[in-house]
Amino acid sequence: MVTLSGNLLYASFFLYLVATVLFAGSIKDKKGKSAEKGPNKWAKLALITTIVGFASQLGYFITRWIAAGHAPVSNLFEFTTFFGMSLVGAFIVIYFIYKTPMLGLFTLPVAILMIAYASMFPREITPLIPALQSDWLHIHVTTAAVGQAILAISFAAGLIYLIKAIDQSKSSKKTFWLEAIMFGLVCTLGFVIVSSTFSAMDYKAEFNWIDKTGTEAKLEYHMPALVGPHKGELLTAEKFEPIVEVPAIINAKKLNTVIWSIASGIILYLLLRLILRKRIGAALQPIVKNINLDLVDEIGYRSVLIGFPIFTLGALIFAMIWAQIAWTRFWGWDPKEVWALITFLFYAAFLHLRLSKGWHGEKSAWLAVIGFVIMMFNLVAVNLVLAGLHSYAGS
Amino acid sequence: MKDVKCECGHVNPHGTILCEACGRILEEHEREKQLVDMRYEGSARRSQTYNKTIVDKIWNFFSSVKVGVWLIVITLIASALGTIFPQEMYIPPVMPAEVYYEDQYGWLGKLYYELGFHNLYSSWWYLLLVASIGISLVICSLDRVIPLYRALKAQRVTRHEGFLKRQRLFGISAAENLEESYEKVKEKLREKRYHIREEDGNILAEKGRFSRWGPYVNHIGLIIFLIGGMLRFVPGMYVDEVMWIREGETKVIPETDGEYYLKNDQFILEVYDKNKDKEVFSEAIENSGMVAKNFQSDVTLYKKKGDSIAGEKPELEKVKDDEIRVNEPLRFENFALYQSTYKLNELNKMTFALTNKQTNEEFGMLTVDLNDPKEKYDLGNGYSVEVVSYFPDFEFDESGEPVTKSRIPNNPAFVFKMLTPDKPEGEVSFVAIRQTIEPFGDNTYKMAFKGIDTKNVSGLTVRKDLTLWIISLGGLIFMIGVAQGSYWNHRRIWIRKVNDEVWVAGHTNKNWHGLKREISIILENTGINEPEDQVQNENKESGGS
Repeated sequence: MVTLSGNLLYASFFLYLVATVLFAGSIKDKKGKSAEKGPNKWAKLALITTIVGFASQLGYFITRWIAAGHAPVSNLFEFTTFFGMSLVGAFIVIYFIYKTPMLGLFTLPVAILMIAYASMFPREITPLIPALQSDWLHIHVTTAAVGQAILAISFAAGLIYLIKAIDQSKSSKKTFWLEAIMFGLVCTLGFVIVSSTFSAMDYKAEFNWIDKTGTEAKLEYHMPALVGPHKGELLTAEKFEPIVEVPAIINAKKLNTVIWSIASGIILYLLLRLILRKRIGAALQPIVKNINLDLVDEIGYRSVLIGFPIFTLGALIFAMIWAQIAWTRFWGWDPKEVWALITFLFYAAFLHLRLSKGWHGEKSAWLAVIGFVIMMFNLVAVNLVLAGLHSYAGS
Repeated sequence: MKDVKCECGHVNPHGTILCEACGRILEEHEREKQLVDMRYEGSARRSQTYNKTIVDKIWNFFSSVKVGVWLIVITLIASALGTIFPQEMYIPPVMPAEVYYEDQYGWLGKLYYELGFHNLYSSWWYLLLVASIGISLVICSLDRVIPLYRALKAQRVTRHEGFLKRQRLFGISAAENLEESYEKVKEKLREKRYHIREEDGNILAEKGRFSRWGPYVNHIGLIIFLIGGMLRFVPGMYVDEVMWIREGETKVIPETDGEYYLKNDQFILEVYDKNKDKEVFSEAIENSGMVAKNFQSDVTLYKKKGDSIAGEKPELEKVKDDEIRVNEPLRFENFALYQSTYKLNELNKMTFALTNKQTNEEFGMLTVDLNDPKEKYDLGNGYSVEVVSYFPDFEFDESGEPVTKSRIPNNPAFVFKMLTPDKPEGEVSFVAIRQTIEPFGDNTYKMAFKGIDTKNVSGLTVRKDLTLWIISLGGLIFMIGVAQGSYWNHRRIWIRKVNDEVWVAGHTNKNWHGLKREISIILENTGINEPEDQVQNENKESGGS
């Protein structure tokens, strides 16, 4: 069952990749005409592939649920994978409303990156600690993830809008920030490449080090240690000796991973720039030139409108009900709770700015991008850095 | 202030921009615009009309969405600041906060503490921000909802030409076979569940008006929620106590006025077992060493019978047996008892033997209940031991005197007086774990340590929260309002005969794409042209993209 589940996930990952290529093909095909006559053959094929991929991932989800006896949303790998799946699901729904292959070309890569990122974390099925043994686990987590996924569609739409609308003929603040987003995505790719490479090589380097309480501890790196732990002493033979050492209050292993991700991101980004001979944003611009900006703006707004209530229900209301049962209080200012509130406040501000201040189009697109950054911060940084009750204690 | 009478005869309140009934433009400067501003239907909002008194000024400040958004953004940033380092309630109780932050996070931690960010969410300025958002919610809503309600109620079927012409969706067609077209259109409008009103051969089709109230409904929900949050500070509404209870112990439950008692029959801690639990878990169990499976206190709840005088042992009546687990609290009346923490193997009893130091001969054993030591233990044959002093959680204070840190027997120490036939005055011995002091010289006898007995302790949270229902109500109303405002749209289509032409205009509060698609289906094969999107045309003309 577990093997089957894993294979279904691989299959869906592969199918999403194929679908992305097909969506790209649908845009190349008969430029300009496709918008008038509705989706062309490429787009139809791409959609079918996406749906099959989604069904396959649903299969992964169900089989893993059966194997574990609980909904597979209980650790970072499972949650992030589910997020990716919800993103694809949300895209399929939105596609049926607006019929825009372009959205697929931008949403699917984000979902693919997300699933790949998820796979870098421990994948074994974990038993549930007492606090998680509740039906509210799947009610709360799935609703919150679906809400976030729908909100993330507005990021894809915002990205399309910005790529088309921003003037690439000269460098400006806007082109800089658009490149910053691209760089962020490239860094995620870098992280995936670096960690899967070293994990394929089975790289392990053990250190003895002194933690902040002054006690000696052991630490295992799975990537060459550019940054070593406090008073670290390499135990494994013939492994890379750290270049610098950090004080005990900094988590050297995590910092090391971050440095590897950014460094590989920089290399990848520079390579891309070298090949493209222009900004990534500028290179993507011709692809989106036939898209109707108003339509993209509307898709972005619509997905916020659909996603916001679901997010609120899942990430705040259901969360509070469960917190009252499991943790004796419905609200406790745990970092994850606070960041859910921040996401809520942000999209509330988004809606008010749009409704009353007329922030449409480009401004709205920037906001959608920032909203996604906040959600990713909540997913990555809050779990791994700001440890709290929600910490999955990922390594 | 004078009311404004429109040409159509409707009397509008002072400050109205578009006549509530016919939509004619009443404000001169609006006439120059290509499209009318349809937000709040061009009604007279207090904040846009009056700005004289101090009340007006405050009202206008809080009714501004700009101010509202700023308040949201500031609250958002402040909330984020509070997550940089853990809040005081989450730091381990190893040292006081003022030391902890600097010790753990250096000068940044010190700064964090000094700025009061370690208790950010209960700081006066954070509460003030939340309160301001509350005020802004009320005033913003009142400023808009009343005039909006008036305008939507007073709207007429026949709208002024200037109003129709300045709608985002607008189109003119030549009128041929009008009767036939109208029938077709009406048929399709009904199919699409529009509410149709007719007047002098003009049509107003409308649906989903109730979605316009969504924002106000959700604001009411938020206000109720915030009021619920405030009620926590009213005495008697909220109880948050921790109750430590040892196995076998019966204790009064705090905050129940001595009405309820709890007996802890047993505390159970289970961990996952690689061999007994599901096989799929084995890898995870191996990787993480130990994974907790269950924290449980088996308890019996008792209720006091009748009145008892203080100091008298109350008569107890069993209410029920229950198993308190995480996620499964014990509920009674308005209280809930939660399994929140535990302590394994707390020292409970200590056994000593009165022993002759030289011959190692023993003259009887005594077992001290560390939570309730007796004053004197008689060992028979003229041997006895007195407990002169007892320090359950012993340490030496600054002046070198033995003191106790708490009443919990974490590190028990005793001053024993050993009375024996050959030493009838008694010998004094100070006995602590791995430490014996004989303050008055060398003794003949000693208290030899023989063994300990431990017990588990359950840490239960006692909770009463009478604000929950009002908070839930607020949350429910909020969700209803948000769904109402997000998942439905207020759509209107006006069809008016002007001389030999048919004018069609459409408006929606959101989702223009949906309205356009719907209008296109409605007007298909009716001889009436689809209205054009004047915003998109404008964009194209000015080369916006």
